[in-house]
Amino acid sequence: MSVNVKDADKFEFNRKNLEWTKTQLAKYPENRKESCVMPFLHRAQEQNNGWVSVPVMEYIADLLEMPYIRVHEVATFYSMYNLKPVGKKVIEVCTTTPCWLRGSDDVVKACKDELGIGFGETTSDGEFTLLEVECAGACVNAPVIAYAEEYYEDLDEDSTRAFIKTLKAGKTPNPGPQNGRFKSCPLGGPTTLKDMAPADAEFGREK
Amino acid sequence: MPTLTIDGIEVEVEPGTTVLQAAEQAGIEIPRFCYHERLSIAGNCRMCLVEVSPGPPKPAASCALPAGDGMEVKTNTEKVKKFREGVMEFLLINHPLDCPVCDQGGECDLQDQSVAYGEGASRYKEKRRIVEEKYMGPLIRTIMTRCIHCTRCVRFADEVAGVPSLGAIGRGENMQITTYKEQAFASELSGNVVDLCPVGALTSKPYTFKARPWELKNTETIDVHDALGSNIRIDSRGRAVMRALPRIHEEVNEEWISDKTRHAVDGLAKNRLDRPYVKKDGKLQQATWAKAFEVIAKKLKGLDGKQIAGIVGDLCDAESMYAMNTLLKSLGGSVECRQDGSKIGAKHRSGYLFNSGVTGIDEADACLLIGSNPRLESPVLNARLRQRWLTRQCKVANVGPEVDITYKIEQLGDSATILQDILDGKNEFAEVLKSAEKPMLILGQGALNRDDSLVILKLAHDIAEKYGLVTDEWNGFNVLHTAASRVAALDMGLVTDAGIEGILSGAESGDIKVVYNLGADEFDTSRLKKAFVIYQGSHGDEGVRHADVVLPGVAYTEKPATYLNTEGRVQTAQRAIFGPGEAREDWTIFRALSEVLGQSLPFDNIAELRASMANDYPQFAIIDQKPNAEWADFGVAGKVSKDGFKLAITDFYGTNPIARSSETMDECRAAMNGTNQSEGATGTDG
Repeated sequence: MSVNVKDADKFEFNRKNLEWTKTQLAKYPENRKESCVMPFLHRAQEQNNGWVSVPVMEYIADLLEMPYIRVHEVATFYSMYNLKPVGKKVIEVCTTTPCWLRGSDDVVKACKDELGIGFGETTSDGEFTLLEVECAGACVNAPVIAYAEEYYEDLDEDSTRAFIKTLKAGKTPNPGPQNGRFKSCPLGGPTTLKDMAPADAEFGREK
Repeated sequence: MPTLTIDGIEVEVEPGTTVLQAAEQAGIEIPRFCYHERLSIAGNCRMCLVEVSPGPPKPAASCALPAGDGMEVKTNTEKVKKFREGVMEFLLINHPLDCPVCDQGGECDLQDQSVAYGEGASRYKEKRRIVEEKYMGPLIRTIMTRCIHCTRCVRFADEVAGVPSLGAIGRGENMQITTYKEQAFASELSGNVVDLCPVGALTSKPYTFKARPWELKNTETIDVHDALGSNIRIDSRGRAVMRALPRIHEEVNEEWISDKTRHAVDGLAKNRLDRPYVKKDGKLQQATWAKAFEVIAKKLKGLDGKQIAGIVGDLCDAESMYAMNTLLKSLGGSVECRQDGSKIGAKHRSGYLFNSGVTGIDEADACLLIGSNPRLESPVLNARLRQRWLTRQCKVANVGPEVDITYKIEQLGDSATILQDILDGKNEFAEVLKSAEKPMLILGQGALNRDDSLVILKLAHDIAEKYGLVTDEWNGFNVLHTAASRVAALDMGLVTDAGIEGILSGAESGDIKVVYNLGADEFDTSRLKKAFVIYQGSHGDEGVRHADVVLPGVAYTEKPATYLNTEGRVQTAQRAIFGPGEAREDWTIFRALSEVLGQSLPFDNIAELRASMANDYPQFAIIDQKPNAEWADFGVAGKVSKDGFKLAITDFYGTNPIARSSETMDECRAAMNGTNQSEGATGTDG
């Protein structure tokens, strides 16, 4: 849990983000600035190539007039803040119970095979980082991978391999279910309530 | 006021009281780890679970549950027993059962409560977590695997010490208590987290593996490292002081003590004067008491009283100063207590006391600091002022150098002329003082050691009068002393017209032939070279450098004594151990010397001395009460210079011979100065 303190790259919000901080600060009373710490960390992580370094934490602490340790606590509490450098593409695999029941082990195996790295590791070329995450909240489409603010759902080993190969080729795979499902509707069409009132019959039906 | 029933006992409590506090009022103890009456409520250890009805049929954490009217609480049922056993078992899952090699053993809340409320056996067979040790400075040893995450230390750092560098990082099973980037916990009150820690996760580093609590003799006594007079307990084994711990005194130190009070005690065993010395051929050589007295008697013979001067140091007790003063007066000499060059007079008691009392801080709604850094001059008092500041009901402003006193104060500037502005109503803080109901000012020693100090004193006096700091039931004129001996000395009038400078220049010019130095080590003793110097004290420090005769006295832990704190509160210290070698209690040395000089002091034991002292100064007989000194006119009208203030204490860890002899204090100085550096920096570059 210790933080890589050797990293001493100075951090500052760029102009666009600094402008954005004002909109956030405006949401809270002057003496409750600390409330901004989570969005700030998140935005700073985006700007800082996907991870939160010590200078980032200290910069935000100074910005919000908080003790350093308080920002440190927040950053270490949430697994969404990466405390060490990550690759350009961060793949987050959910392994919580519903995903695990639906075969996340296969998804994990595919990821590890294709990328040659384990959880929490980054490929030597600095392209990929593989992370294990707690429930992504998309259990209905389990198992899931989160990548670049999109969900890739209903995965199995093959579709995961295909997903990573697409990424490796430099292309962006289509987000959503990877097994032909429409959103979270039943695979292969409805099984109940087939006979709806004519006016509603086409609703949600895949053509 | 809500009335509730706890185990069949009906108790009426103040609104806002928690169930746990209510139970305490009813005389029922509820076990707890995270709850502490002086810290905010965390409610995370779950040890205080009780049954409450009406309410959901599940255990409730009594520390965080406000007492409600008509509540029925049960703490002695089978269910509650099960709750406690369950919590105990969870807490002990990751807590190593290493009590035999743990320093907390024998005085451990977890150990005690595990015996009292635990099940006696664990069913846990899985892997236990191991946590690496954290560096928290030279005073706190960490064995973090033992931590039960009560967060008392974090809350103390945040709320009381005001140095928020402790925190809990990570979450769940991975949660760990640490200081930011494992720097030292840079507070003058850091040692208190060791007392707060209910387990052996934070223990005292200097005391590591030194003793077990049941081997120690406990002596309840008074601290002398600052002028607050913190109530302490000295734990000793044989002839060694093992440690100092705080005692609770709500009106003085609550239950905190500073790191110096707690950890300078290792200096009691170093650099000690354990036998008399007499200078022979330019070198101090061991001598007998009789020989030393003979040399002194020879030197004093035929001297005029004006040629004899006495200086008393910062750690002296009232009895020894009284004996010294009586003896020197009988020889025609005079005694000076202001070795720091302070100009404060001894005429009016209200002019040198902390009149509002320490508890007055809890009521003050405006506070003006003048030439004082209370964080270093009295860390515990500063913590109290900070508590008051945190309520947002007390505005604090500072006239003096800008210092970090752990909370935000209004910096009015560093010039004595600002006081004139305040008095003339030209400074906006005058308005704050005027509108406040119970305003106070704190005059530090930094304001009293200047050439124009008497004018400053007058200005402070006038500000106090003009802005209602002094009324019939309130006196907000406060002097914060740094020397434990000072108030008692001023009460006895141990001041000379020309002050310490008069003695030093007198010694240089030859007007003063003999200087009797009772434990004063904080001035330039090389200026006494020409005079015959008798040094009586406990440590071989600055004072013995130019001494001709050295008489070994004892330190504060080695004598029954009386001290007056900065409020003028009389407190009695007890002897914890005997002094080393031939060292004697200081007043007995004067008594013996008086015999040799043919001026026998009229007391043969300490009771007689105290009776005599109380006869001369009745206030010394009123034990442990804050006096109400009569308001008077003091100070000298005039013009102040616009110079900035020079604070009395810059090196907190080395203010007296005991602290300077302490290795622990040296380590503190090194570590704390290095805290602003990046990791890896040592104290030497700070």
